[in-house]
Amino acid sequence: MSRDSALVSADWAEKNLETPGVVFVEVDEDTTAYDGGHIPGAIKLDWKKDLQDPVRRDFVNRQQFQALLSARGIGNDDTVVLYGGNNNWFAAYAYWYFKLYGHGDVKLLDGGRKKWELDNRALTTETVSRPTTSYSATEQDLSIRAFRDDVVAAIGTQNLVDVRSPDEYAGRLLAPAHLPQEQAQRPGHVPTAISVPWSKAANEDGTFKSDDELRKIYAEAGLDDSKDTIAYCRIGERSSHTWFVLQELLGHARVKNYDGSWTEYGSLVGVPVALGDEPGEG
Amino acid sequence: MTVDISGCGAPEQSAPIPASVDLEKETVISGEVRAGDEPVAGAYVRLLDRTGEFTAEVPTSATGHFRFFAAPGEWTVRTLAPRADVVDRRVVAQRGVVAEVAVAI
Repeated sequence: MSRDSALVSADWAEKNLETPGVVFVEVDEDTTAYDGGHIPGAIKLDWKKDLQDPVRRDFVNRQQFQALLSARGIGNDDTVVLYGGNNNWFAAYAYWYFKLYGHGDVKLLDGGRKKWELDNRALTTETVSRPTTSYSATEQDLSIRAFRDDVVAAIGTQNLVDVRSPDEYAGRLLAPAHLPQEQAQRPGHVPTAISVPWSKAANEDGTFKSDDELRKIYAEAGLDDSKDTIAYCRIGERSSHTWFVLQELLGHARVKNYDGSWTEYGSLVGVPVALGDEPGEG
Repeated sequence: MTVDISGCGAPEQSAPIPASVDLEKETVISGEVRAGDEPVAGAYVRLLDRTGEFTAEVPTSATGHFRFFAAPGEWTVRTLAPRADVVDRRVVAQRGVVAEVAVAI
């Protein structure tokens, strides 16, 4: 993958709003954002209601994903262009999720909803409906998904990238600062994980930095290109943003997103945890 | 044990703080963005830590309000809005106290 195949600009999007075979999808936790105005023709996916199992902590299964995309009118051959708020966190999460279930052509709108709004581009409240399809998903591609045992095994041997804010990494905060901080799990990070906040990869308008800038950021942070990589955050959406940067923009191989992330790891009994600003010992 | 796996999407910014949130334990930075006399909805407010590193971002509510749950210390609140210059405001947050920030763009 590369920037040209994984990312589209707002200008490209604006020119392709009515192109057959291109489906714009807004992904937000807060679906009122979509309801208050969305890119013309875009449909919405709710990252939690649509993409999470309602009972267990896991994703919807292959059959449920097929049914969801079929009902929303997304076909296997469609180019899916994802965008959303929160600097595309949830859109990047959905991108990774579409890849997990084997969708062929999926792209992220650079800058997401924020750049679109800051550029004063058109938003509409028109209802969008698409004819149903018969979508066929693959089994999950587990080469891009890490589980807790993978993370424990990676301590001191693989690249672990903690993409939360420096204060979350150090254990001074337990959640992003727009959320209440009372949590049951322990603060800190996985020992030997390097701290590269997802925000390092983005400009203030939400667009991604250039490939050269991105390569420099991860090289200076100590990411070893020769090793496998696991990215994590709190619940796996900010780390999808970094997974996207490393695998889809920079073309690193063997990058996994740990969707359990700190809400799982920080609640495990008996695993090592490091506090403070340094990675710590393996 | 309860583990909050709700998302990282910004909660409704003008909504009352949920009863489950103990304000005496929280370090709240709260504020309002205005252009002249008018509240600015949908402005992007970024919270930067003492080193200038990004920590969080929320859009303002319909009434121009925003809110962060931070840690005690020095922070910068940076506001981005269409057709406006970027505005920075420094704020010192304390546990159990709501630090109020007024932003004029």
